[in-house]
Amino acid sequence: MTTMEHTLGASIARLESRAKVTGTARYAAEYVTDDALYAWPVPAGIARGEITAVHTEAAMTDPAVVVVLTHQNAPRLHPVEDRTLTLLQSSHIAHRGQYIALAVATSLEAARSAAGAVLVQYKADHHDVVLAEDHPGLYMPEEIDGLWPGTREHGDFDTVYATAEIRTDAVYTTPPMHNHPMEPHAATALWDGDALTVYDSNQGSVTVQHTLAQLFGIDAGQVRVVSEHVGGGFGSKGTARPHVVLAAMAARVVGRPVKLAVPRNHMPAVVGHRAPTIQRIRIGAGRDGCIQALAHEVVTCTSMVGRFVEAAALPSRVMYIAPNSRTAHRVTRLDIPAPSWMRAPGECPGMFALESAIDELAYVCGIDPVELRIRNDPQVEPDSGLPFSSRHLTECLREGARRFGWHERDPSPGTRYEGRLLIGSGVAASMYPVVILPSRAEVRADPDGHYWVRVNATDIGTGARTVLAQIAADALTAPLGYVHISIGSTDLPEAPLAGGSSGTASWGWAVHNACVRLRGLIEHSGGSVPAGGLSVSADTTEDVKSGQEYARCAFGAQFAEVQVDTDTAEVRLRRLTGVFAAGRILNARTARSQFIGGMTMGLSMALMEGSTMDPEFGDYAERDFASYHVAVCADVPAIEAHWIDEEDPHLNPMHSKGIGEIGIVGTAAAVANAVHHATGVRVRTLPIRPDTLLPHFA
Amino acid sequence: MKTFRYERPADPAAAVTLVAGTPGARYLAGGTNLVDLMKLGVETPELLVDVSRLPFGEVEETDTGGLRIGAAVRGSRLAAHLLVRERYPALSQALLSGASAQLRNAATIGGNLLQRTRCLYFQDVSKPCNKRRPGSGCPAREGAHRDLAVLGASEHCIATNTSDLAVALAALDATVHLTGPAGVRSLPLTDLYRLPGDEPERDTVLRHGELITSVELPPPPHSARSRAPLMVYRKVRDRASYAFALVSVAAVLDVRDAAVHEVRLAFGGLAARPWRAREAEQALQGRPATEEAFVEAVRTELSACRPLRENGYKLALAERLAVAVLADLAGQG
Amino acid sequence: MRLTFRVNGRQQQADDVWEGESLLYVLRERLGLPGSKNACEQGECGSCTVRLDGLLVCSCLVAAGQAQGRDVVTVEGLASQAKKRADGRSGGADGRTGKAGTDLQPLSPIQQAFIDAGAVQCGFCTPGMLVAADELLERNASPTDADIREALSGNLCRCTGYQTILAAVRLAAARGTADTAGTADTAGTGG
Repeated sequence: MTTMEHTLGASIARLESRAKVTGTARYAAEYVTDDALYAWPVPAGIARGEITAVHTEAAMTDPAVVVVLTHQNAPRLHPVEDRTLTLLQSSHIAHRGQYIALAVATSLEAARSAAGAVLVQYKADHHDVVLAEDHPGLYMPEEIDGLWPGTREHGDFDTVYATAEIRTDAVYTTPPMHNHPMEPHAATALWDGDALTVYDSNQGSVTVQHTLAQLFGIDAGQVRVVSEHVGGGFGSKGTARPHVVLAAMAARVVGRPVKLAVPRNHMPAVVGHRAPTIQRIRIGAGRDGCIQALAHEVVTCTSMVGRFVEAAALPSRVMYIAPNSRTAHRVTRLDIPAPSWMRAPGECPGMFALESAIDELAYVCGIDPVELRIRNDPQVEPDSGLPFSSRHLTECLREGARRFGWHERDPSPGTRYEGRLLIGSGVAASMYPVVILPSRAEVRADPDGHYWVRVNATDIGTGARTVLAQIAADALTAPLGYVHISIGSTDLPEAPLAGGSSGTASWGWAVHNACVRLRGLIEHSGGSVPAGGLSVSADTTEDVKSGQEYARCAFGAQFAEVQVDTDTAEVRLRRLTGVFAAGRILNARTARSQFIGGMTMGLSMALMEGSTMDPEFGDYAERDFASYHVAVCADVPAIEAHWIDEEDPHLNPMHSKGIGEIGIVGTAAAVANAVHHATGVRVRTLPIRPDTLLPHFA
Repeated sequence: MKTFRYERPADPAAAVTLVAGTPGARYLAGGTNLVDLMKLGVETPELLVDVSRLPFGEVEETDTGGLRIGAAVRGSRLAAHLLVRERYPALSQALLSGASAQLRNAATIGGNLLQRTRCLYFQDVSKPCNKRRPGSGCPAREGAHRDLAVLGASEHCIATNTSDLAVALAALDATVHLTGPAGVRSLPLTDLYRLPGDEPERDTVLRHGELITSVELPPPPHSARSRAPLMVYRKVRDRASYAFALVSVAAVLDVRDAAVHEVRLAFGGLAARPWRAREAEQALQGRPATEEAFVEAVRTELSACRPLRENGYKLALAERLAVAVLADLAGQG
Repeated sequence: MRLTFRVNGRQQQADDVWEGESLLYVLRERLGLPGSKNACEQGECGSCTVRLDGLLVCSCLVAAGQAQGRDVVTVEGLASQAKKRADGRSGGADGRTGKAGTDLQPLSPIQQAFIDAGAVQCGFCTPGMLVAADELLERNASPTDADIREALSGNLCRCTGYQTILAAVRLAAARGTADTAGTADTAGTGG
């Protein structure tokens, strides 16, 4: 009998990798349906106003075009909470790029052509699309993303700040950013009577199932959502998006399967994005660098159709000792596409600001930025007062500094030349909260020793399928090869989304519980499985309530080295080292890739990502990969991710924290801090491109 | 994409006749730009005449020791060509700094030269653009124009030409050979392109039906001390690879006795055409090859810059880049 | 038009093709080869990368008419392509490329290396990345890291941060060199 104690934590190859390298893994637009039609959406050409007329005659002249849906002829939908999904229901336009019609044809090109031939007349109203620090519409939201309070106060910030020995005060801004998973949002929809099947690209098919049922006025049981392979999401596929609604609507009208893949350059307007932020951070500290007062005040925007508020001040409620603090958000509603989740929403832009500000404080105090962070490391979570279930930020900082060679660093900025290059290094901390949601799972044992695990988890590229099989094998003490896992379909036991870095912990807990109980049953029946097999279900609704008496977060530290060309102000990353404390690491291979992938997206955010809201038109000017730059292979030098062994019994049976998002948190600050160290220029606005730095070069 | 007819004529004359006889006809070569623009609805040809398999696929040495490059030669092949790497390294560098391996394999030399601007408004048919729809306006002046022109623009258009190849060819004194309904003719490459003026819809001086058949390079300049020509192409971009130039420079410099014997300088990313810096070249001719002289000469050239809200950095960037490149070449000589 | 061309070594024919369709569309929707991905349609991401007469191209920008009579290799054909290459090298030997001990079709060395190095995440860039990496190794059996980085810069990946992809290409290169060395040894001893 093989000992299986090493299955969990082992560096197991992804179970579906063979399907993916041979091109046989099927994504949402790739299910064979012989008589499928293709749909191409029509985006609104104004930012606010009404459609006064739609002319589809020209579009319909091509016999390949089956139907053009508009608000005048589309089936009526029932209301749902997310107003971006009640598509083609009225003549009102809430943002440019909102889908206002859909061309359906027998080929993709015919559909595209027909969509382009739909003539729409508008009555445009004045639109308001630009976020400003003094925007008259700013208000203080009670709740921000994650259902956290918008504002928190402790002690007396104003008084203590005013009298502090050391004061810093700076404003940091982050631009709109776009998730741009490699797979554009796509769906294939088909109806059989009142039963709907959709193959959909999403991060959680249960929500999509319920949303579609509600919209079309049918029972959730009549909606089947299959999401077996998903080409990335990074938050933008967290809930149903317009494509799946339109595909289902069109399929209903034409009585045939319909495929709809969102064109890349439509994505910034219809799938959500990271909202821009303007963040003011004031820190009052002693000469010893100990923080006495901290204010993190965020200005951001949301849309007319949603309520999402980027929770950028959250990190300041968690990171450092701050007896007198204010963390506040102000938001204004603009006529823009709806912002939503993008990898580590809140923490990611928030930590760019906070970790830059901490670096500034370290320079002002003349204290090493690693040491300054350690001095301000709290015993309990500053905002809630709860003890941390585990917190190893200091250990991450020390280990990262050792691996990076931080202590050989001369702290003075702007002094290290290599030919025409300036070299510098910077550090920043990472943080991401632990989120665990209730989940169900089922496992069946066959007499021949095989196990069948069923859970509606979604693998958006994380390796969920693989790690869940490992969790099952570990709990069953069975060889991994005997564990078969099914995920990615609403036919399976209900499970939450792949989001908030919660997936593995949430699904894994249910899988673990089912497997442990099944093992108990097998042992009870004398170690063998009866002829009919044995089945066990688990539901963790009650289990996940434990551990709430702790503040639970993963922490990390990132160290970046950059070079800056003194002629052209081009910044390139030379190396990046991350050390994370994220509970128990369940699969070294997939985990390392997750950390490094996050760090790379952070580097991308630091140096190139960002779009501009076009004030005249109300859309994001950079909507494709030629104009919205993401890091390419040549941008990414040696990136290393390490972790420290962290034992935390207050999490879940696997003792794991989420790792999908923490990698992107803090990277941009580490890079910006390195740019400061290289050049002496403090950049507080992302991305850091030649035009940012050039004015500072003599 | 609008429907069109597709023809693949067997010889150049037939191709010219087809295009010349159809007002809405376009030549199709690698398709990397045209097919993209057709999907975006920017280009709506009635007829595509595929010239990618016409006999313009050779790279040959000319009698004078120069190089003739067939218009259908793929960028990747030209970049790797031994004669190009040895004698015109700046050309190879320019090609390799453009696009990606996939696009360089598909895009031809002729097509590369005729690629259209990447101005975001030109590419978005839901918005006005004087280049795409004359008289509709130029929202780029007030909108997103960080990448757009600071030299030679007009109130009607601030588009840039984004070909790296064209910048290198401009500095190398290339000639473009054309065939068309009225016969063959040749033009200096720098004269192929137009500045927008009142007619931004016309990128080049090509007449309808004219086809680039080859590009010819004169023999490379030789430095007094070295066989290898002193030339370089350097491109500044937002990421390490696969991005259009913010600014680029192609330079040829021959320094003898510490003075500039010969200099040729061209900028990319500044204008609707590769910007041959003739004023700077004149200012440098015979002058000591010092950094001060380079700065002064380049400033003279760039004094005509008319930056807008967000592209003013290009002025400083172009100056610093050109001076660095020239100083570097002077140092090597 | 009737489009006739070779795909992964087999003659293929598609009728009623409009010349303006992309090669990518023909492969995915007409020939049932959805391995090549549609992620940007503008030649900006490399997800649709195939070989066209041996050259790497973005199939989204190849008009179907231009593929007439050409030879196309997609991710679905990588394994057979690799086998052909190996057979060519070893004069018709078994061309063992996959993992021993499985009853599955053998993979090409680069596919196996992607699995072993953990270079696959969401998998959407993977097919194009594999075709590009395979082509690189065919041209250059021992690429430097800089060679790999530049060669793969036309293939965007949003998940992996490219490190594992680099590792996979290095791994395939190392195994390829080892294989070739092994072949030479065998030949040297009269095998």
